[in-house]
Amino acid sequence: MTVDLTAVRGRSFRARRPWGLWAAVAFLAAAALAGLCAPLVAPQAPGATDLMNSLAPPGTPGHPLGTDSTGRDVLSRVLYGARLSLLAPLGVVLLASLLGITLGLTAARLGGWADIVVSRGMDVVFAFPGLLLAMLVVAVFGPGVVAPVCALAVSYTPFIGRLVRNAAVQEGARPYPEAYRVMGFGGLWVTVRHLLPNIAPMLIAQGTLSFGYALVDLAALSYLGLGVRPPAADWGSMISQSQSAILQGAPWGALVPGLAVLGTVVSLIVVGGHIGGSIVKKGERT
Amino acid sequence: MPRALLTWIGGRLLGAAATVVAASVLIYGCLRLVPGDPVLALTAGRRLSPEQIEAVRQASGLDQSLVRGYLDWMGGALRLDLGLSLHYRTEVSSLLADRVAVSVPLILYSAVLAVLLGCTLALVSAVRGGAVDRAASVLAAVATATPPFVAAVVLLSVFAVGLGWFPATGAGSGFWDRWWHLTLPATAMAVAAFGVLARVGAAAFSEELGRDHVTVARGRGIGGFALLRDHVVRNALAPLVTVIGVLTATLFVGTAVVETAFGLEGVGSLLVGSVSRRDLPVVQGVSLVAVVVFVAVNTLVDLALPLIDPRVRTGAVR
Repeated sequence: MTVDLTAVRGRSFRARRPWGLWAAVAFLAAAALAGLCAPLVAPQAPGATDLMNSLAPPGTPGHPLGTDSTGRDVLSRVLYGARLSLLAPLGVVLLASLLGITLGLTAARLGGWADIVVSRGMDVVFAFPGLLLAMLVVAVFGPGVVAPVCALAVSYTPFIGRLVRNAAVQEGARPYPEAYRVMGFGGLWVTVRHLLPNIAPMLIAQGTLSFGYALVDLAALSYLGLGVRPPAADWGSMISQSQSAILQGAPWGALVPGLAVLGTVVSLIVVGGHIGGSIVKKGERT
Repeated sequence: MPRALLTWIGGRLLGAAATVVAASVLIYGCLRLVPGDPVLALTAGRRLSPEQIEAVRQASGLDQSLVRGYLDWMGGALRLDLGLSLHYRTEVSSLLADRVAVSVPLILYSAVLAVLLGCTLALVSAVRGGAVDRAASVLAAVATATPPFVAAVVLLSVFAVGLGWFPATGAGSGFWDRWWHLTLPATAMAVAAFGVLARVGAAAFSEELGRDHVTVARGRGIGGFALLRDHVVRNALAPLVTVIGVLTATLFVGTAVVETAFGLEGVGSLLVGSVSRRDLPVVQGVSLVAVVVFVAVNTLVDLALPLIDPRVRTGAVR
């Protein structure tokens, strides 16, 4: 039977356009570098006000991206804002990975009731949108960064936990863990030495995507005035502080941090999708 | 109805009920997690006499055991009584009822926008392929990554301030005025959902287009719109409906951000205001409603799948 080849269209545009991947990696590296070297590269201190120069448009000498309503330099604030904006979601992903790997492996190794309890618990957390859980925690503990980071870590745990559990159950059914056990190696040794490295690429892909979503959630929280408290600032709180200036015809104070969020998240999705896509291709070959 | 189907439906409903109960325990338990005396957290920043504090303690069930307090709260919730707001001093349920008139049209409007535009883009990119497909997938990826507050800032700068086509704040009154006022907020909320639907839809449609039955249908002389409607979209509907169910949570939570950005008095801005005022009865009430809506929509989607796609009914797909 002949197959209409024109109807079969692969959606692996990533493979054909590696420049998209490189642009994403470059953007993420630049954002991380901006956070690290903010004191060296920022033209002004992030909190320095210059009331004579409030709402200066981009291109003003000394203020390449303009100033906000109290005359603070937008470029400097975006560079400094990268620190909290990137560190907090990193904390979420690391905590969620720790929780997810522990719970997933426990469920897979013990099986039976432990597996049912962990899996059902993850289903319940799954019914909670991350931002809602974070707001609930803020209502109890007051605004800040630590409590929302913990709450979001809990709400991102099921994504990693399910992945680890299913992969561990699958890998456990293959011959090699049993072979190691026969050779006298303990179950924990097999898990740490062989199982985790085997599922590491999948974990990294999921972690990259979760990083992006956590960044959006935390920025949203700060935008709503429930996250970072002044004088500390991240991109979300910068947007909310500059939003009233939009109506005065000065949108740059909100647009620049908004584009920083957008660029970072797009880059994370591209990189995460690429890692995930290459796993699928590898899986097809074996 | 076959017995297996009834058991399956029963299992789904029980699972949904269990999820709601577990989530409600979590929501209520939050109040008890408050460091120190929970009543002080509830009344923080408010000047109240000892009698009033005692009244709050009783009203929120804090004078009772955890189990008793939870049962009272949940029993009230089943009768649509979610307690009293500490800030407004009115029933949480009547506060919600007032705000729903803004939030429900907003969510529906934005869902319609996301589904219509997302599926259209997905269909076009699957059918045309090539450069159109690549451009569409870039657009979808950027849209997926756009948080509602970034979309709101861009839309406000361009369409409210720059061009002056739409109002920047307020919900308007009357049908057409409300529709006009909610256009920018609904668009801001729909952007991310649109991106997800366009991606999932394009993958589902192009997979169906490559299947043998489509080739056979083409060979029988079926083409154009009829081919897409009966042989491509119909088969790809199940994954799309599942994704739409999951996206309702995004939309519901999105109201918090978008209503704040556009100065709308809806359920979302009520939640945000209550969180920052630490008005816990309102926060708990809104959270419970959000979880119930999310679980209900996804259970309905699960139950509707066998109707949408007969292959699910016979177990051919799953």
